[in-house]
Amino acid sequence: MPFAGTRPPARRPRWKRLDPEEVRGIRLLSPTFLYTLAFLVGPVLLVVAYSFWTQTYLTFDHTFTLENYRVALTEPIYRDLLMRSLYISFIVSLVTVIFAYPIAYYISFHGGSRKSLLLFLITIPFWTGYLLRVMAWKVILGYKGVLNTGLIGLGIVDKPLESLLFSSTAVIITLIHAWAVFAILPIYVSLEKLDRSLLEAATDLGDGPVRRFLRVTLPLSMPGIIGALLIVMIPTVGDFVTPKLVGGTEGQMIANAIQIQFGKASNWPLGSALTITTMMIVTLMAGASVLVLRSLVRWMR
Amino acid sequence: MLDTVSAASKPMIEISGLRKSFGNFEALKSISLNVQEGEFFSLLGPSGCGKTTLLRLLAGFGEQTAGTIAIDGQDMTGRPANRRPTNMVFQSYAIFPHMNVEENVGYGLKRLKLDRQEEQRRVREALDRVELGALGKRRANELSGGQRQRVALARALVMRPKVLLLDEPLSALDKKLREQMQVELRHLQKAVGITFILVTHDQYEALALSDRVAIMFDGQVAQVGTPKDIYQNPVSRKVADFLGGMNFVDAEIAEENGVSLTLDAAGFGRVRAPKPQGYQSMGRQITLGIRPERLRVLWDDDQAEHQIGGQVIDRHYFGEVTQLIVEIPGFKAPLAVTETNDFGADDIPVGSAIRLAYDPDALVAMND
Ligand SMILES: Nc1ncnc2c1ncn2[C@@H]1O[C@H](COP(=O)(O)OP(=O)(O)OP(=O)(O)O)[C@@H](O)[C@H]1O
Ligand SMILES: [Mg+2]
Repeated sequence: MPFAGTRPPARRPRWKRLDPEEVRGIRLLSPTFLYTLAFLVGPVLLVVAYSFWTQTYLTFDHTFTLENYRVALTEPIYRDLLMRSLYISFIVSLVTVIFAYPIAYYISFHGGSRKSLLLFLITIPFWTGYLLRVMAWKVILGYKGVLNTGLIGLGIVDKPLESLLFSSTAVIITLIHAWAVFAILPIYVSLEKLDRSLLEAATDLGDGPVRRFLRVTLPLSMPGIIGALLIVMIPTVGDFVTPKLVGGTEGQMIANAIQIQFGKASNWPLGSALTITTMMIVTLMAGASVLVLRSLVRWMR
Repeated sequence: MLDTVSAASKPMIEISGLRKSFGNFEALKSISLNVQEGEFFSLLGPSGCGKTTLLRLLAGFGEQTAGTIAIDGQDMTGRPANRRPTNMVFQSYAIFPHMNVEENVGYGLKRLKLDRQEEQRRVREALDRVELGALGKRRANELSGGQRQRVALARALVMRPKVLLLDEPLSALDKKLREQMQVELRHLQKAVGITFILVTHDQYEALALSDRVAIMFDGQVAQVGTPKDIYQNPVSRKVADFLGGMNFVDAEIAEENGVSLTLDAAGFGRVRAPKPQGYQSMGRQITLGIRPERLRVLWDDDQAEHQIGGQVIDRHYFGEVTQLIVEIPGFKAPLAVTETNDFGADDIPVGSAIRLAYDPDALVAMND
């Protein structure tokens, strides 16, 4: 038989060239994709569109304008609210992660057979609603609250501290408590995944416990730390319930202002511009935090 | 009298009366061993016999329940792993996934605060030794099993330990690569001159690589010796069995003197065999053993001074060799015979009568 050679396969239209595996993948993805499109991408695009329009009472002027962004970025009140929101969410996520790490570490390394029990116990505060937990903090931090009476009883202060409730501090404390579990879990997972023989290898190569932690445990649990940081940082920037309940005037955040624009003030375009600005800045802050943490780890080893 | 101990016979590791319990379970029951400087020493035994436990105690992971370990004359009791002159190649290799090959190998050097050039030179040297010179920038997850194994080896060697501990370093590799790495490991050990302690449950690996082997069962050392010694003169049925096939024959002690025993065994008649290590007179019954490859098939009218006759009841073909199972009148169990296939042992029909030649020196007396 003569040598037949191989004929190159005829080129088919691009969509037909997808192999069955890919087609199946796309089909599997499509419900999620449509869902995301309808409930996430759509609304965001709408908000972006609004932010370039103008509103007078109930009518929208659809001519393109950057005025809303000028107001959002230069009006001192919004600038201050935004800065405070960023400050609060940064402090909250940082402190939450710092508190969460030792807890996650303890459960993962010393939990033994009680790991599931300990994780379960951590979720107990979440059996009540968020509002109830915020209310509980009101009881603790209030003028005649648990903390003040306790401090007076111990003779540490002689009249109640006024700044406890209705302040940024109150917002920060409440948020830290509220988000603790969300920070513990990702860190716990990343520590669980850590191969214990790596720690022995580090010891074998001469590292004491502290160096070993800094060179192996911490870098390898960094995905968990970053996850925890973002999970806490991003939603807390936009929180408006907590500041409303325990923040007082001094503890208001950007989301409260946004809420007002969409509500009482009836200025959706400005509200949209504030929203978009906040989103951008949070993204930048989150990205910067990740970069800083990464380079910190690189520098340490 | 002056002691003429040469450098090569200086004890590097002295283990005495070492015990380790996990709760009620005794993983190590009074182990005493000496390993010489520069020796390639293997710990061989079935799964769960305590090899890893012993190796980890040497490395400083976990504390012994009793007994002492001295390395290079220094008592190691209470000294943590990071301050022992040992380094370990872990079974899982434990390559740091967040570092590249060079960073992995240089990990332990960082603490020594060498100047940068010296550090790099040592990393390079270690990588070249394991033939990984070109892969310095690769990340751990971009390496094959054999390459990871070499990184683990280089990372330990670069520390220039007095003792290198290896926990089944080759068991994760496929057969071909494993055999290649065995040769390299042996060459490497000779080149660096460091004392190697290798844990393995592969008897061929232990025999092929080691200067001496310790065979362990149930947390105890059953026998220590050169590969040839333990293969040819196993002290017990268990040791003999673990090191490959062995035929066992019941024998009766007729006479006992200084170093040897005179025995009566059905089929073999009266034979003399050296006393096994740790022999204790316990009645008149004893086990005699002969390796299947020490029995030879006699063809046609070949004659040998020592021979026994029987009938082939089974035959197993293994490629280069054939194993015949031969029933001998008066024997409790049939004998296994391995014969190379050059002369057609694979064609001997089952059921045929056969004569076997043996060398009386190949008969070993065992303790149980
Ligand atoms: N941390 C521990 N807690 C309780 N028992 C243990 C522990 N480590 C080991 N053992 C037990 O000690 C015995 C010896 O274990 P070891 O790991 O030393 O065996 P090994 O000889 O290395 O076996 P393998 O060849 O399977 O690796 C086993 O029965 C094991 O179950
Ligand atoms: Mg083991």
